[in-house]
This record gives sequence, structure tokens and C-alpha cells, in this order.
Amino acid sequence: MLKRILSRQETLVGVTLLALCLTIGFINPVFWTPGNWFDLARSATVTGIFAIGVLVVLISGGIDVSFTAIAVFAMYTTTVIMNNIGFGGGMFAFFLMSAGIGVVLGLINAFFIARFRLPTLIVTLGTQSLFRGFLLFVIGSKIIRDLPPGMAEYSGAFLFTVTDSRGITVGLHSAVLFLVGVAILAQIILRYTMLGRSIYALGGSREAAERAGFNIAHTQVFIYAFVGLLAGLAGMIYGGLNRQANAQDIVGQELDVIAATVLGGASITGGRGSVIGTLLGVTLVTVLSNSLILMGIPSIWQRVVIGAIIIIGTAVPAIRALRAGRRANVEIEPVLAEQRS
Amino acid sequence: MTGRASLPAPQHLMADAFLTLNHISKSFAGVQALDDVSLVVKPGEAHCLVGENGSGKSTLIKIIAGVVTPDSGDIVINGRSFQRLYPMDAIREGIQVIYQDFSLFPNLTVAENIALNYQLSRNVRVVRWGQVHQIAQTALDKIGVRLPLDVEVESISVADKQLVAICRALVQNARLIIMDEATTALTEKEIRALFRVIRNVQQEGVAVLFVSHKLNEVLEIADKVMIIRNGRVVVDTDVASLDRSKLTYYMTGRQIEEADYDYRPTNEQPLLEVRHLSSRGNFEDISFALRPGEILGITGLLGSGRTELALSLFGVLPVDSGEILIDGQPAHVRDIQSAIHHGIGYVPEDRLTEGLFLDQSISRNIVIRTIDTLTRPGGLLSISQVNRQVRYWVEQLSIKTHDPELPAKSLSGGNQQRVVLAKWLASKPRILILNGPTVGVDVGSKMELHEIIKNLAREGIGILVISDDIPELLHLCNRILLMRRGRVAGVFDRPEITEAELTARLTEATSMARPAG
Ligand SMILES: Nc1ncnc2c1ncn2[C@@H]1O[C@H](COP(=O)(O)OP(=O)(O)OP(=O)(O)O)[C@@H](O)[C@H]1O
Ligand SMILES: [Mg+2]
Repeated sequence: MLKRILSRQETLVGVTLLALCLTIGFINPVFWTPGNWFDLARSATVTGIFAIGVLVVLISGGIDVSFTAIAVFAMYTTTVIMNNIGFGGGMFAFFLMSAGIGVVLGLINAFFIARFRLPTLIVTLGTQSLFRGFLLFVIGSKIIRDLPPGMAEYSGAFLFTVTDSRGITVGLHSAVLFLVGVAILAQIILRYTMLGRSIYALGGSREAAERAGFNIAHTQVFIYAFVGLLAGLAGMIYGGLNRQANAQDIVGQELDVIAATVLGGASITGGRGSVIGTLLGVTLVTVLSNSLILMGIPSIWQRVVIGAIIIIGTAVPAIRALRAGRRANVEIEPVLAEQRS
Repeated sequence: MTGRASLPAPQHLMADAFLTLNHISKSFAGVQALDDVSLVVKPGEAHCLVGENGSGKSTLIKIIAGVVTPDSGDIVINGRSFQRLYPMDAIREGIQVIYQDFSLFPNLTVAENIALNYQLSRNVRVVRWGQVHQIAQTALDKIGVRLPLDVEVESISVADKQLVAICRALVQNARLIIMDEATTALTEKEIRALFRVIRNVQQEGVAVLFVSHKLNEVLEIADKVMIIRNGRVVVDTDVASLDRSKLTYYMTGRQIEEADYDYRPTNEQPLLEVRHLSSRGNFEDISFALRPGEILGITGLLGSGRTELALSLFGVLPVDSGEILIDGQPAHVRDIQSAIHHGIGYVPEDRLTEGLFLDQSISRNIVIRTIDTLTRPGGLLSISQVNRQVRYWVEQLSIKTHDPELPAKSLSGGNQQRVVLAKWLASKPRILILNGPTVGVDVGSKMELHEIIKNLAREGIGILVISDDIPELLHLCNRILLMRRGRVAGVFDRPEITEAELTARLTEATSMARPAG
């Protein structure tokens, strides 16, 4: 039992994260200040919500690269609409509308994937361009800094603030509650509902899932609508925190999010992954990129370091699986094929 | 048992039937898998479906399960006629299938694999893990096997996977249980337990549709037998009017009489000699010698260590003590590569998941082991040589396909097995270890395969055959080694032991291995 826990990717990532924190904290004590941690939480929120969506898709054996396009589309469109109608209410309505737009766009993905059984990568590559193109050419491409009041005030919505020894006031932003809520929701769905188990089943063996009587189309509709919902939500949070609506933003981050999810133990071939692992993966990547600044490493090197961590982090479990496979007499063939070539 | 009663009047028969198939036909891309097949299954009846590899048995089963849609014909279950039958309809009507390829979820645990389908078909929305364990444990207890519940199915042995698939079907209150070669990976002990359960549920009115290439199982369990050849029904009759040779005749259209291996003892140096080989927890103190031209059989129950022994000889499983000699020289078989270097070939037990790239073409699967001998100078593949080799093996092993460029998964189960065999035979090893070489292969082809194996031995190859199939061992081997709990429990020279004796020795092992009660 202990051995099984120790050999899990989640444990590996957790331990690495801990070691990293201790090292960075040793080099630069600023790391352990509340200000830095509030900052980390703020940076991890949007990535974390995206990553939970990605996790669900990966478990089902699919992949979605359109969620960033959905996010920016939903956020920007919501801002434009709210500005046009002169909406003066609070941020809640923005989230509702943005998430709603996200669900609709997610359903477009689901339609092509479930109805025509097209490969998920192809569909979402296509819709990514489609959503983004539509946004830039039809809805608008200018950066909106003149925001509706509810959205403009959101960046100041702290849960609480503290004033440190140097007299600087820092706060934990309330957006982090969304991440917590989404994580708990995803955990409950994945672990304790038949819907969640059907996602694992689909990722494990589509054929077996069909034979068992799972309605695969329904499961897929849920998956892509859920990703759309999370994307719409995260997009709105992103816009609110940055106090602007930029139609050129967010798209381009999708591979980083997918990488963080895979780092957290989600299998790119489907069937495996956990919420806790995903959160750890996201935290690791966030701590790493924020701290490289703290340690004074130039930003070009950050990409290199993060890339290296992702490669190592995903290669280790793969190598271990191969070794374990040899011992347990599974997949002798691939090993053989390798040795022959 | 109602099934053994004489045939009732036709109207009665229709009213009584649980399942009726009328004039079912199905073709795949030009291959007529089923042609005008009709079948009636009544409650409590055990119906056996036999036929050569690729004759359409699995296709028929998938149609009953709603997994494959027939081109024409209709399906009536419980008096309800289905235009289009979906898997969930079939399950809700009480049809449970143990698929030839198990159809399990490799990423889920044993417990969840057993309980998931049950909960799904009962519309469970919220998963309680305590309940999952309970359902699984009940099912395992039913056939009296012990398996770890929290282990992923991916990491358990073939036999255990098959047991999980069986438990999954038994846990549902099925009205018809369909078993597509559900005993291939099991040994006597588990098969006995399974048959006991089947008889029990039959008494309660559950019907059984049983597919097997083991004719003694068919004769034992069946009330009625349907024989299909090339997708057409040739015979559908009471089992009483059949015997082994008639069955074989109807299946293959010819008489089959197999000769024993005519081994002539030599005093040549052994190709392979094993001295006091031990691997803790797997096997202990194993010694034997294999001379050129010998076919040595190894048999024993699940957990007797026979597969582990083979794996050690192939360098997969490390040994703790003892010696392996090849050509009289001590050999260090540390890993698969050194085993191959020493001329050892191994056809694994779990061929369907271990031995094939199902999405790759049949021909690629056949040549993968010998690819380096088929290249021209410069490293390019010689297409004509590849084709020649593929054609040779497709013909030799009569692999039933109309195009070797089709993916391996389009083949019937038995034909997939042959592809794996072809791949290993093509690599021409000096010492060949075959783990269950004819599992899932029909009787006619089995004899042909035996002939091929004997010919390899006649050419001076040393062959180890691991099998539970006693008649097969007696036809094929000149010597048989019986293993029990990791040790050699007896060595028999073939002419000196009969089928009955060997079976008795094996069952003796059964009663010893099973705890009291
Ligand atoms: N998906 C498919 N695509 C193409 N051909 C198929 C497909 N499924 C089955 N076939 C063909 O249909 C025929 C019948 O196959 P089936 O699997 O029903 O045989 P079987 O009687 O179960 O044989 P076995 O004893 O080997 O399991 C075979 O010729 C097979 O190649
Ligand atoms: Mg079959």
C-alpha cells in the first residue's frame, strides 16, 4: 500500500514541489511572505480552472485545445455586450453570461465529436481558429480598458488583506474560491458519480464502454460543455483580474495548461488522472515560473526551465511504467520491438 | 433440468423462447460473416455454438448483445421484437456476455470492473465505493476465487482477467449468459467451479449460450448444439445425437485423426538444460533437459509456476539460484535480449493483449520479429520479400483473411492467435517456448498447427509446450512434466502414460491445492 502511494505521480510532484519551495525560500526569503503566496494563488487560479477542464477531457481519452479560444471569446463578448447595454450590476452577472457563452461553444465541440465521431484534436484545433477568428473579425479586436463598473471593481475584491512589516498591504483575491469550488465539484463528479466513472471508462476502453451500455455521446456532450463552462468562467476571471478585455489574450496558453495537467499525472492516452494531481502540477509550474523571477533568472530562461521540468516530470512515470511492465510480464512486445531496432 | 426434455411443439417453442433470432445475415466489407442464421434459446437451456475459427460465432454473439447490427433478420427477446437492438436494451432484457477479448477496463480496479456494469444497468447515479466492493466480493465468492479488489485490471494475469469478466457477468441477474470462449485461460479447477455455477443458475431458469473449441466441455455442458461453418448453420440438434468425431466432422467437413509425435530418442547434447532452478515465490528446484527434436510438455494448474518458469527461461523473470545450460555451456539469460541471443523464442500466454498490435495490419504483425532479415543492403525494406513471407505464413497457418493488409483486429479471435504464432515461428529460434499454442484454435486447425510444431521439432529444434489440454500434450510431446505449487510433481514419458492417468494426476493436484471445504 505504502509502495503504491510512493510510486504515484502525485506523490512525485508533491515532493518535488516541496523541495522546490524549500530551495527557493532558502535563496530568497521573500518567497515565504504572504504577499508572494497571495500572488501565486492569483496566478494559479485561472490556470487551475483551465487545467481541471483539461483533466476531464484527458481522462476521457480526448484532448481539447480550443478552451483558450472559448475563454477569450466568452470574456470579450460578455464585456462588449455589458458595455453596450450599459449594465451597472455586479460581477456575478458577468460570470453567468461568460460561462453560458462558454457552454454554447463547448457544445459546438461536442456536436462534432459525439455526432460525427471526429478525432477530438482535429475538431478542437478547428474550433480554436473558428472561435478566435469570429471574435477578432466580427466582435472586435481592440483592447477594452473602459470596463463596466462591476468588472472594473472586481480586481479589488479581496477575501482579506494583511499589512506586512514594511507597511505594504497585500490581499488574497476572492477568485481563488472559484478554483477551490471547481476542484471540489470536479472531484465529486469524477469520483462519486456514474457520469464521472463513465469518463474513466471511456478513456480506458471505448469499445468496452459501448458494450457495457454507456451512452458515449451523452458523456462527451457533458465533457465538452463542462470544459466550455470552465473556460468561460476562467476567461472572465482573467479579464477581471487584469482590468481589461483583450481579444488577443489567453490563446497560446493551452499547451502550458495541458503540460501542467500531464505533469500532475493525467495520461495523455486517457483513463488516468486526478484532481489533486492536477492541482499539484499547476502549483508546481506556477511556483516555478514566479520564482524564477524571484531568483533573478532572465525570462527567456524560464521557458527553458519549465520545458525541462515538464519533460522530466512526464518521462519519469513513463520509464517507470516500462520497467514495471517488464517485471509484470505485460507489454513484452514493445520492449522487444525496441531492442530489435 | 428442462432443457433435456424432448422437443415441444413448434408453437409452444415460440411462446416459450427467451431469445429468437430469425434469418440473421451480416457481412463485413464483402466478407459474409453470417448467412441466414436462426436460433432459438429457451430458459434453462444450455446451447453450444461451435465452428471453426472465423465461422461467425463471435459476430452472432455481438448481434445478440446489440454491439453489431445485422444487415437483415430480426431479433426477438422475451417476446419483444427489436428493430434496432442497443447494448443497453440487451442488458436490460437480461443478456450478459463474457466476451472473447474480455472487454474490461484496464485502468479501473478489479472491484469496479465487476460492479460498474451492474450499477450502470440499474441506473445508479451516485457511486458508493463500499457497495462497489461488496458487489465485487459477492461475485468472487460465487465462483470461489480470491482476487485483490483494489488492483488495476491492467496489472493482473490473463486468467485473472478472464475470471473478472466472468464475475462481471455472473453478478447481474441474467436470464441468458453468453460465454464466448470463457475458459481459454483457466485450468481444470476454475473451469469446474464455473460449470458448477452454470448448472446452478440453469436450475433457476437461466439460459446459457456457450462457445468453446474444447469439445469435451461442449459435450459436457450442452443440451443443444448448433454448428456453423462459414457463417451458415450446418446442424442444430440435441447433444445426445452427437459425439466428438461427429462434432468435428460437421465443423470441418472432414474426419480428423491425429497421429502422436514419432520421436526417436537421441543421445545428442541437450540444447537446453536446467539444473535446480529456483525463483522465490514462483518455482523451486526445477531440473530437466531438452534435446534437439524433443517436444517437452509442461502442465499444471494456475499458480503452479509453469508460466513463471517459462518467463525465467526467456529472461523476463530473474532466478535466485540454479543454472541454465545452453549447448552444455552455462548461460546467463538476464533479459529478453540475451534470451533471443541464445536462440530462445517465446510465444506468450496472453497473446491477444501482449502479442499483437491490433490496429496494425496483419502482414506487419507477421514480419515484425524478422524485419531485419528482410531489409536490402542500405536498410530499405524489401517489399517482395515481406510479401513472400506473409503469404507463406498466411497459407501455412491458414489464417482466414482476404487481405493481409487489413488491421489485425478485423480477424476472428482464433485467427489473431495464429498471427502471433506466425510471427514467432518466422523468427526460427533454436529453442521455442510455446505457452498455450492452440488456445482458442478450432479442432481442425489445431491438428494442422500440431503438424507444424512437430515438423519444427523434426528439423532439430527443441520445443517446450505449456498447456492444460491433455490430449494435445499426449499427441504432441514425447515427455511431459507436471508442476504443482512451483515444483516438479512428476515426469512422464508419453507412451507410458494415458489420458486418464494424466488427468487424474492433475486433479490430484487440484484437491491438494484447494483448501478444505
Ligand atoms: N470488424 C470486422 N471487420 C472485418 N471483418 C470482420 C470484423 N469482425 C469479424 N470479421 C470477419 O467475420 C468473420 C467471422 O468472425 P468471428 O469473429 O465471428 O469468428 P468466430 O467464429 O468467433 O471465430 P473464432 O473461433 O476464431 O473466435 C471472420 O472472417 C472475420 O475476419
Ligand atoms: Mg470468436
